[in-house]
Amino acid sequence: MIAGKTTVDDALFVETAEGPALLGSRCTDCAAHTFPRQGGCPRCTGSAMEDVPLSRTGTLWSWTVQGFRPKPPYTGTEAYEPYGVGYVELPGQLIVETRLVETDPVKLEIGMAVELVLAPFRDDEFGWPVHTFAFTGVSA
Amino acid sequence: MSGVAIVGIGMHRFGRTEGVSGRAQAVHAAREALRDCGLRFSDMQFGFGGSHSAGDADTLVSELGLTGLPFINVANGCATGGSALIAADSAIRSGQHDVGIVIGFDKHPRGAFNTDPAEHGIGAWYGETGLMVTTQFFGLKIQRYLHEHGIAPGVLATIAEKAFRNGARNPMSWRRKEIDAAQIAAAPMISHPLTQYMYCSPAEGAVALVLCRADRAREYTEHPVFLQGAAFRSRRYGSFEVFSPWTAAERADSPTVEASAAAFAASGIAPSEVDVAQIQDTESGAELMHMAETGLCAHGEQEELIASGATAIEGTLPVNTDGGCLANGEPIGASGLRQVYENVLQLRGDAGEHQVPGDPRVGFTHVYGAPGISACTVLTR
Repeated sequence: MIAGKTTVDDALFVETAEGPALLGSRCTDCAAHTFPRQGGCPRCTGSAMEDVPLSRTGTLWSWTVQGFRPKPPYTGTEAYEPYGVGYVELPGQLIVETRLVETDPVKLEIGMAVELVLAPFRDDEFGWPVHTFAFTGVSA
Repeated sequence: MSGVAIVGIGMHRFGRTEGVSGRAQAVHAAREALRDCGLRFSDMQFGFGGSHSAGDADTLVSELGLTGLPFINVANGCATGGSALIAADSAIRSGQHDVGIVIGFDKHPRGAFNTDPAEHGIGAWYGETGLMVTTQFFGLKIQRYLHEHGIAPGVLATIAEKAFRNGARNPMSWRRKEIDAAQIAAAPMISHPLTQYMYCSPAEGAVALVLCRADRAREYTEHPVFLQGAAFRSRRYGSFEVFSPWTAAERADSPTVEASAAAFAASGIAPSEVDVAQIQDTESGAELMHMAETGLCAHGEQEELIASGATAIEGTLPVNTDGGCLANGEPIGASGLRQVYENVLQLRGDAGEHQVPGDPRVGFTHVYGAPGISACTVLTR
């Protein structure tokens, strides 16, 4: 459980004073970031990584909308489709791939301000929602 | 060090061939390539080959002949054929062997590829939440590219229209019906801004090539094609690649840029000298991006080149003259070698209805695939 919600994988998250954030790694030698966390630095090839919460806000770097139901290993529930997909630039850290709450192409624009939320993507065997991370637009 | 020549080419038609296994298609292609240069499988000193979904290439010897040759399997996703070719190039160029064969083949089920994240070292959540979808990545990549270079999305339909027009002129292609740009643009949206007809489909097919030392090529054929440069590169920190849960904010060139530059450098030939090019067109956007990443033109220049017909068979820079992946489908293991097969036909002057006019002398091939790899070749007659 993260922020009282069932998630697809709690290891992706960390609770912060501002709310749940994605948990990444930062290289203590060269300051490169990764998501999820990993032991080796892909930039300087060292292995001095530390855990770091990633920014909860950023800007949309690219986007699309998933137009068909993917095959397995996708496990999403139809009620949560279609879904938007984007890459969001988190300032000073990295560009993370994410589901987007918005699915209308007209309302998605590269450069728009977005923030992290936990969004349902499937229902479990008892009908309770399972959440993953998603970004949604914030009004300026 | 010896140069390397391609002396025999063979293909099993791409598309869907019910009741014929991928391995049987590979054997067909191998026999055609051997026939093309008048050799037998017992003359082969080595083999490199692979498929993604149709079995191990080294087991083909049970049908082709149990001769004891070293036959090494290659598994490099979309660059499987390219990697096999590069391995063969090294085997001959180093003087280790004089003549050998490369074989790429595949047979995939219908629909988009589904991949297990664990095979890529990614957590199960990535697949479960619907992010491990190749078609989605291509939508994201071209969306960003169009934005960065100020290119209007209309060009994506024009690229697909050209692919089906070329496919209609190629008797070995899968999709042989022309589709006009308006119909392509109006087709169901798969992953914005790419519609159904802008994507290639997984398919079936096989290609085999017989290669030998350049100084012995004329013993086997009157029209050898020389492999002047071949290079393979993987991704660097900061390049934006398929199946990436994240990418660095600090941007870097794609592996295509480095692989093509290395292939051109090895050949001593400049991109401006290319007469015919086969480049990875998994979808329309890929052809657009790869035209510039390979150095065939500048970023942003593509729109004008495509609109003016420069990339058509009769144009100044013919691209994907056999219809590319869009018209041939993508049997992963065979796709890269299909490009070389097509360039050999073009350089021999044997491409028939889809022949580039004016006796082309320099051919270029480029493949790109997961998880951020590219292989390129430069060929001359």
